[in-house]
Amino acid sequence: MKISLAEVDHIATLARLALTDAEREQFRDQLGQIIGYVEMMNQLDTSHVPPSAQVIALANVVRPDRARPGFPVDVALANAPERVEDFFAVPPVLEDE
Amino acid sequence: MNESAPGGLSRLTVHESIDRLRRREISARELTDAVIEEIDRREPTIQAYLTIRRDEARREADAIDRKRMAGEDLPPLAGIPIALKDNMCTRGVRTTCGSRMLDNFIPPYDATVAARLRGQGAILLGKTNLDEFAMGSSTEFSAFYPTANPWDPSLVPGGSSGGSAAAVAADEALVALGSDTGGSIRLPASFCGVVGLKPTYGRVSRYGLVAFGSSLDQIGPLAKDVTDAAILLGAIAGFDPNDSTTLPWPVPDYAAGLGADVKNIRVGVPREYFVEGMDPLVKQAIETSVQQIASLGAVVDDLSLPYTRYALPAYYVVAPAEASSNLARYDGVKYGYRARGSDYWEMLESTREEAFGPEVKRRIIVGTYTLSSGYYEAYYLQAQKVRTLIKQDFDRAFETFDVLAVPTAPTVAFPLGARIEDPMAMYLTDVCTVTVNAAGLPGLVVPCALVRGLPVGIQLLGAPGSEETLLRLGYAFEKSGDWKARQLS
Repeated sequence: MKISLAEVDHIATLARLALTDAEREQFRDQLGQIIGYVEMMNQLDTSHVPPSAQVIALANVVRPDRARPGFPVDVALANAPERVEDFFAVPPVLEDE
Repeated sequence: MNESAPGGLSRLTVHESIDRLRRREISARELTDAVIEEIDRREPTIQAYLTIRRDEARREADAIDRKRMAGEDLPPLAGIPIALKDNMCTRGVRTTCGSRMLDNFIPPYDATVAARLRGQGAILLGKTNLDEFAMGSSTEFSAFYPTANPWDPSLVPGGSSGGSAAAVAADEALVALGSDTGGSIRLPASFCGVVGLKPTYGRVSRYGLVAFGSSLDQIGPLAKDVTDAAILLGAIAGFDPNDSTTLPWPVPDYAAGLGADVKNIRVGVPREYFVEGMDPLVKQAIETSVQQIASLGAVVDDLSLPYTRYALPAYYVVAPAEASSNLARYDGVKYGYRARGSDYWEMLESTREEAFGPEVKRRIIVGTYTLSSGYYEAYYLQAQKVRTLIKQDFDRAFETFDVLAVPTAPTVAFPLGARIEDPMAMYLTDVCTVTVNAAGLPGLVVPCALVRGLPVGIQLLGAPGSEETLLRLGYAFEKSGDWKARQLS
């Protein structure tokens, strides 16, 4: 199956991956190969088959809606790449005009 | 066993060690030291571990010994040195998932399996190598280094739990846990000549297991024999309020039921698993083992599971789709790697570009594609429908049969580097294992023969919750003869 570079770029944007040029070409070819292979499924007429999202006989498992203790702030932030006071810090999301 | 021989106590099984520790013939420290000695001797070649806790393990062993000397009641696994695949969170112990993304991640909590084993007195030796985020069939996609097969270091150990399988095969741990999304426990068990068990979906809690394909993932043991696998399953199985997919079923004493009779167990052999291009000697090894199972009194017959060939394509849609969604959480904000960026979006895209390796990116791309507008119905929805057909195939089979006996893989372990550049060749390695994950079934791999000097495991599949039957048959098969003496070349 043929996949275009434009399609790879669109997918990379959705997946938030800044691919290199070499990767774009590699994934174009490999995505084509993999999709070409999985296409085999479409030989089957499944119009009357229900989909399975999961395969165990459990549904709508709930627990009591009660507050439980969580991590103290320092523990929750211990792995943060950047911390400011008691918050995770990130670079600007919106331009500061 | 000759204890003065190289390896000494490290060669003991879990059940042998439990007996000797209880009788105070050996101490937890002696046992732990012996295994660490073996780690030091073999790690330069095997590279099964990403993190080794030499000092902490010794201290924990000493603490167990002191309690035992003081006459305290000790839990069942007290003093047993174990290893965990490095995608299971361990409080205060680095958990990398084989990825640069989590190179420095120190979890603030234990996975339920880690907490349960710790609670049972097991000693954590370290964290084992894996394909990055458990995506791969050879352990070569680890961002750190590949693991070598202890039978021949020029070969892969299988994956993605290759570090756990190699550690057990090389006596670098008495037992280890792996995770299995499409064969990641069973394939390396077959390639390394150890027992591997992928339990029923929901039998073991996934809380604290780094998520890959959430409707497929399951944790299970890699062990030196079936008894050890049964003991470990009993230690980790059961309902967990922190994982709403765990089954509320009672946990039987798996080890206690092992000696029971296997006469009249109905064993089916689905022809579809003997795929085109299969190594004829591996095929012969499985067929000979099936005859051996028949000679134990089991009733063996052929059957057909017509949708089997569609399982691999369906798996390579469902697993990447779930992965692409699960891995969206790696954004450089809360934990893990962060790249530089002048704004949030640049930081986000560069973080993911720099810290994910090639196979992870490939799966994210495939998964995002099949979930994207215009392709969802042709691929993802179709794969979910195929999943229903595969499940129905198995449901019908288990009306007639208790167990299905099939190959684990079409070949023995392959050379390092042989498939790493060819994604489709790597994916086809999983052709005999993905069916079980698609249907949520348990699968047990037991070593059955040597083909040209390399191990082959037979795979026993059962209906959901049939672990006792699988272990009982696996145990009877294991006891029926020395698998290393069955050589084909």
